[in-house]
Amino acid sequence: MANTAKTLFDKVWDSHVVERLDDGTCVLYIDRHLVHEVTSPQAFEGLRLAGRAVRRPDATIAVVDHNIQTSDRSQGIAEPESRIQVETLEANVAEFGVPYFPVRDARQGIVHIIGPEQGISLPGMTIVCGDSHTSTHGAMGALAFGIGTSEVEHVLATQTLLQKPAKNMLVQVDGELPLGCTAKDIVLAIIGEIGTAGGTGHVIEYAGEAIRELDMAGRMTICNMSIEAGARAGMIAPDDTTFAYIQGRPYAPKGEAFDRAVEYWRTLPSDPGAQYDRVVTLHASEIAPMVTWGTSPETVLPITGAVPDPASVADEAARVQMQRMLDYMALTPGQELASIPVDVVFIGSCTNGRIEDIRAAAQVARGKHVAPGVRAMVVPGSGLVKQQAEAEGLDRVMLDAGFEWREAGCSMCLGMNPDKLKPGQRCASTSNRNFEGRQGPGGRTHLLSPAMAAAAAVTGRLTDVREMA
Amino acid sequence: MQPFTVLTGIAAPLPLANVDTDKIIPARFLKTIKRTGLGVHLFDTLRFDGNGAERPDFVLNTEPYRHAEVLIAHENFGCGSSREHAPWALLDFGIRCVIAPSFADIFHTNCFKNGILPIALPREVCDQLMEDARMGGNARLTIDLSRQVVVRPNGEEIPFAVDALRRQMLLNGLDEIGQTMQRGPAIDAYETRLRQQAPWMPGINAT
Ligand code: SF4
Repeated sequence: MANTAKTLFDKVWDSHVVERLDDGTCVLYIDRHLVHEVTSPQAFEGLRLAGRAVRRPDATIAVVDHNIQTSDRSQGIAEPESRIQVETLEANVAEFGVPYFPVRDARQGIVHIIGPEQGISLPGMTIVCGDSHTSTHGAMGALAFGIGTSEVEHVLATQTLLQKPAKNMLVQVDGELPLGCTAKDIVLAIIGEIGTAGGTGHVIEYAGEAIRELDMAGRMTICNMSIEAGARAGMIAPDDTTFAYIQGRPYAPKGEAFDRAVEYWRTLPSDPGAQYDRVVTLHASEIAPMVTWGTSPETVLPITGAVPDPASVADEAARVQMQRMLDYMALTPGQELASIPVDVVFIGSCTNGRIEDIRAAAQVARGKHVAPGVRAMVVPGSGLVKQQAEAEGLDRVMLDAGFEWREAGCSMCLGMNPDKLKPGQRCASTSNRNFEGRQGPGGRTHLLSPAMAAAAAVTGRLTDVREMA
Repeated sequence: MQPFTVLTGIAAPLPLANVDTDKIIPARFLKTIKRTGLGVHLFDTLRFDGNGAERPDFVLNTEPYRHAEVLIAHENFGCGSSREHAPWALLDFGIRCVIAPSFADIFHTNCFKNGILPIALPREVCDQLMEDARMGGNARLTIDLSRQVVVRPNGEEIPFAVDALRRQMLLNGLDEIGQTMQRGPAIDAYETRLRQQAPWMPGINAT
């Protein structure tokens, strides 16, 4: 008898197939489309040239995040190109009738923060955005993935995409996470284990005790970096933690509708005996606070480790590439990671820009001070995260400790706004990519958790947060 | 979209793995609202120094590779962001085909939408093609999409796989959105079902 047990991914996929074409490609229905200013102008232009409309404005939400400055916004955006991109989005949403959270609205923020925050991203949905970290929304138990601008146009016009099903991969994280370790350390450990191409062609489902125990913020951090593991998307089965998070959010179903939704959402978790094309198991107890040393997210080690030696790498191309990374990062083999001094600390991004992340950073920074010569900044993921943090007095904690307290946006995660590293500067960053020049031309990035970032700010070097009193 | 049928051109060797989209086109060049004109920024940090001068040792700054139409690279080409500016920059420079052992998913899809053919071949084969590419202008590669073969300068033919639908779209330069819109009735029917089965799913209005 054929195995009819389905994975979470299979269920969400199957329920969204409009039509299956001859070569296995599916016309896949899209429930939610998030739009931002960088990857949408050409898509709207395409619609305009072809005389097409947006099929479902009520399934679409637009926001600016990438270009927007995180300092005072009362004077608008100074840089002309950034301003044009934002103005273009505003003109497009007006012309096509797309719902939009404007810059001065407290709901403005990083697109992957606001979707879950507003209850726009829900379990069992298909969610897309012209942005690879759309995988974040998979933490709700949704199938959420990044698309290019041509596909943005395709979804705007048809509310569908042409896709072939991905393969199923299970990443099981068993056991309990040690003290001082966070979701960020789990996902960095996973990427270190499977590599940046480890998930290519797959949708990763994260499961196991250590995942179940995470709050929604932690689950979002994990799913967020699925793309750094090469996967098309990451998903976590919805459970009571998920439902409690959703209940009462502005765009979530209410009352009886909510109960009906939960009834459906409870059918989504993978069936017992469901088959995965690949299974990877990690033991949470073996995870330590992690930090990257190179220019790819897979170049990651526990903070207790040392910079690796290219001489120990057999494959020539790999050896050359490692040497190139060390040259770029200005590191020497054998150097202890916990001895590396930093110039800048960035706490924010769609990976770690939620209230829980700011609380974790504040817990380390409270009553301490940023080391001399270090610039440390906190950029909340949304206007509402910022408000919440201020209501809890966390802005004071961070300001008193010498951190900058800024407006919501992508900021130094990718340096499209004025928040950039200067050439040669070294940054401890809670974001997701440490590519060459990602945070500014010539800038050097070490990825880590918010608590680890706060610790680095205080000591002025990469630091094992477990040693902070 | 420009159709892709048969391409004969110079192939540039780029023996790097994990060439990410920030490397293909850094974020600071994403502020455009157009699809064209990005070729001058392709591989910006590899191609130019801090003062904007060409780095003489970078392959695309040397003859004949300034005229390359094919790129040969190592594993996981195009990893990183979803930015379609990466294929736009390649296309604007003149690259119509990228050959590598593997590609990141979103980049791979984005190529097809822009008339660029990404071909995945085993590493050993890519290494051979890399050697061909190093011979420069006398060693052009031919990529024949209808026959699904890469023809080496020595005449050897290497078959490659490609999705039937994507192949069809590329060969004919079809407008994918127009094609999907012809399936309007099926989409209408799906939406009707959706309203019945998931009435709890609310619409968005931002006010
Ligand atoms: S915070 Fe960074 S990774 Fe996230 S959407 Fe913004 S730029 Fe992309």
